[in-house]
Amino acid sequence: MTYILKPQLHHPKLAANSLGYTRRDYEGSVSTLCAGCGHDSISAAIIQACYELELPPHRIAKLSGIGCSSKTPDYFLGNSHGFNTVHGRMPSVLTGANLANKDLIYLGVSGDGDSASIGLGQFAHAIRRGVNMLYIVENNGVYGLTKGQFSATSDKGSKSKRGVVNHDAGIDLVGMALQLGATYVARSFSGDKEQLTPLIKAGLAHKGAAFIDCISPCVQFNNHNGSTKSFDYVREHNEAVNRMDFITPREPIRADYAPGSTVKVQQHDGSVLSLHKLAELYNPNNRAQALGYLQARGGRGQVVTGLLYIDPDARDLHDGLDTVDTPLNELNAAELSPSVAALEKINASLR
Amino acid sequence: MQRTSTWGPDYFHKVVDCQWACPAHTPVPEYIRLIADGRYSDAYMVNWKSNVFPGILGRTCDRPCEPACRRGRVEDEPVAICRLKRVAADNKDDIRDQLPRPAAQSNGKRIAMVGAGPASLTVARDLAPLGYEITIFDGDAKAGGMIRSQIPRFRLPEEVIDEEVGYITGLGMALRLGERVDSLKALLAEGYDAIFVGSGAPRGRDLDLPGREEARANIHIGIDWLSSVSFEHIDKIGKRVIVLGGGNTAMDCCRTSRRLGGEDVKVIVRSGFEEMKASPWEKEDAIHEDIPILNFRVPKEFTHENGKLTGVLFEVVKAEIDEKGRRKLVNSGEPDEHYACDDVLVAVGQENAFPWMERDTGLEFDEWDMPKVNPITMQSSIPNVFFGGDAAFGPKNIIWAVAHGHDAAVSIDKFCQGEDVAVRPPPEFSLISQKMGIHEWSYDNDIANDRRYRVPQRDKAVSLKDVKMEVELGFDRDIGYKEAERCLNCDVQTVFADNLCIECDACVDICPVDCITFTVESEEADLRQRLKQPALNLEQDLYVSGKLATGRVMVKDEDVCLHCGLCAERCPTGAWDMQRFTLEMTHAGAACQSR
Repeated sequence: MTYILKPQLHHPKLAANSLGYTRRDYEGSVSTLCAGCGHDSISAAIIQACYELELPPHRIAKLSGIGCSSKTPDYFLGNSHGFNTVHGRMPSVLTGANLANKDLIYLGVSGDGDSASIGLGQFAHAIRRGVNMLYIVENNGVYGLTKGQFSATSDKGSKSKRGVVNHDAGIDLVGMALQLGATYVARSFSGDKEQLTPLIKAGLAHKGAAFIDCISPCVQFNNHNGSTKSFDYVREHNEAVNRMDFITPREPIRADYAPGSTVKVQQHDGSVLSLHKLAELYNPNNRAQALGYLQARGGRGQVVTGLLYIDPDARDLHDGLDTVDTPLNELNAAELSPSVAALEKINASLR
Repeated sequence: MQRTSTWGPDYFHKVVDCQWACPAHTPVPEYIRLIADGRYSDAYMVNWKSNVFPGILGRTCDRPCEPACRRGRVEDEPVAICRLKRVAADNKDDIRDQLPRPAAQSNGKRIAMVGAGPASLTVARDLAPLGYEITIFDGDAKAGGMIRSQIPRFRLPEEVIDEEVGYITGLGMALRLGERVDSLKALLAEGYDAIFVGSGAPRGRDLDLPGREEARANIHIGIDWLSSVSFEHIDKIGKRVIVLGGGNTAMDCCRTSRRLGGEDVKVIVRSGFEEMKASPWEKEDAIHEDIPILNFRVPKEFTHENGKLTGVLFEVVKAEIDEKGRRKLVNSGEPDEHYACDDVLVAVGQENAFPWMERDTGLEFDEWDMPKVNPITMQSSIPNVFFGGDAAFGPKNIIWAVAHGHDAAVSIDKFCQGEDVAVRPPPEFSLISQKMGIHEWSYDNDIANDRRYRVPQRDKAVSLKDVKMEVELGFDRDIGYKEAERCLNCDVQTVFADNLCIECDACVDICPVDCITFTVESEEADLRQRLKQPALNLEQDLYVSGKLATGRVMVKDEDVCLHCGLCAERCPTGAWDMQRFTLEMTHAGAACQSR
């Protein structure tokens, strides 16, 4: 843990975005996690993504539960709205907040314990309802705060730091998210910000339930031989199916890759995901194929990363409920109370 | 790009920009930490060892360290290094028992020194404790040279000169003051084992313009006039004064004039204001004392009436760039301007003068009629005659004179002990971890956000009344502490161990100035462009590691590193460590001998 504040001085050439904010303006307080924690790299990627997307910090709401990962919203976006919920209850609180004010950008941050154990039911329902959010699980496969027990995402057969072999099957949150109807699903690795940052940007821009499972090594308890979530293991077994460039509606589209190998996907807000294929046959528009591919590769011990599934025409919870355009928290008494005549009309129709 | 070799004294020395820029390589961050710690005497002695005149330099140094200071690259202004040196000098206790003792016995070698200025005094300080019998000759009545004769008292009180010159003369040496050496031949004939020439650049340049002769009574050469003021031969000047020239001597002349009765004092200079040789802070001080500086005016003629100066006529010029890209001053087309005055001070430069050196002694002179001197050994073409200070390579400043003095002392020592003067002793250096606990360091790594503090000055109305009253009051202990805390501790180095790194990116994420990048290696020019922040300051090195597990390398741009140690605090494996680099120049004595 670092006791001093991060110095205010920054690189003299640090650039500001169109809002006048530098990347440093999207930071939070100094991390109190263990030195080298993968979660800090994910925080850095979130900071970079929000800076590059030129998001106004006060229009972002970051919500989290309990755990090492759920502490991290304190370490980024210091000028945004934040809510630390009860353990595992972030998805419900986020759903409520989103219903009340659909104009904010929702970022849910959780961990493997918070989402795959105590909050599994909450996770499932927020995804299946299509809440417009980016849900990131910082997945280290271990209970770090309680000193290194297996978590629900630990792979069967992997070893703890003390050498104990895990006999339970691991939960694959990506597979669950696909089955539950998430419309944007990705997996990434905290040690590869070049992959992670564009995935976060596209996930934030996606309308509907976007989910990123980010493997994030726990340097203290789960970065040893026998772990399947260590830096070395993930680097050795990482199979990225594609590389993505995220292009905002404002930017011109550049063709950096040879034609034929690049797929362009336009989202509802006009942003374009330029996907450079790395796995020849992988198609991120096919949910069933994605599930099969993940199962097959997972069985061989591969860690499949990249953008795994996207439905660019997704609809969200508000579309389903057919809510008004105005955020509900901005509706006042005049708009919410029907006139006597309107009430009569309604009553008459029910008679 | 090759993996950076950090072995040896140079790589990390260069990172300590201030120390690298100081001709005497004073360990600046080291003494600033001692000041912050209230250990003023220790801070003073660190200085005294390197630069010999901390109290004098703390008021008058040209401070090459400050433009080099890293703080000036991450915010508006560098640390006030020079004035912090004065804080050490002002607040120290009696340090006399920490000075070297006079030699118990002579080593039988006799050394003569010409001139008692900073160069000679440095040589004397280095050699006297070793047992050399030293004789110093100077035409003035007191030792100190230009420190005493040319720097006005309101910038440097006489007590400070007496104290610091006294520390040296107290080491045991013969002072033959009031005795100007007028023949090199005669001096050589006296059989000294070595002679050191530190006679300065004593001749002020004159302006041979129409009217110079007729109006001579009111036209004065700047450095001669300053010297006469210092030795109290002159105590007044006319009400209207024009100072010609744009260097620090011109600034001293105009400010001195304001204190001797000058009410309408102007500095008029050929060049543009920006190109003036005077240090920015000296120009600022002059302007603060209501002295206008008029630029782009070339003097044409001294006007006079009945044998008395009436003023100076100027051609008005402008700067133009010619076809070859050189900057030239050409007539602006505006009419000439006349400025009336009672006295003129000519401060247009000074030059060396060696009328006392016969040309048949074997001493070789170059095409500019300057003695040939080796810039590293300070040795002339006569093996036992050495030069230093302004006498060696023309006018520079005190801190260069000190650096020359140390080099010459090493040469004289080696020469007298029968060693090869060309074999130079390497500096001593060390690199030691500053880790005190998991996240504790032996230095204060919390970066202060304070902006540079201004040195308090005496009220202008009071200070203009007395030429001996010091204008700057110096930082008090509290402000001195705060200013010291602005220092980034650049001598505490970020040292990287390739074999420990697990490439977790923690250092990249925490670095407040985006110094660190992990990437594939390539040629330096390409690499500099591909860093998290492009490394565009080519004077600052890249620190490149060996290949890591993923095949990438760690590249750190040293340019704006705050030395805050957060990379090392956030590193889970200790691949980064903060290690204090010390460098000590080897002075004359046992350590400089090769056997």
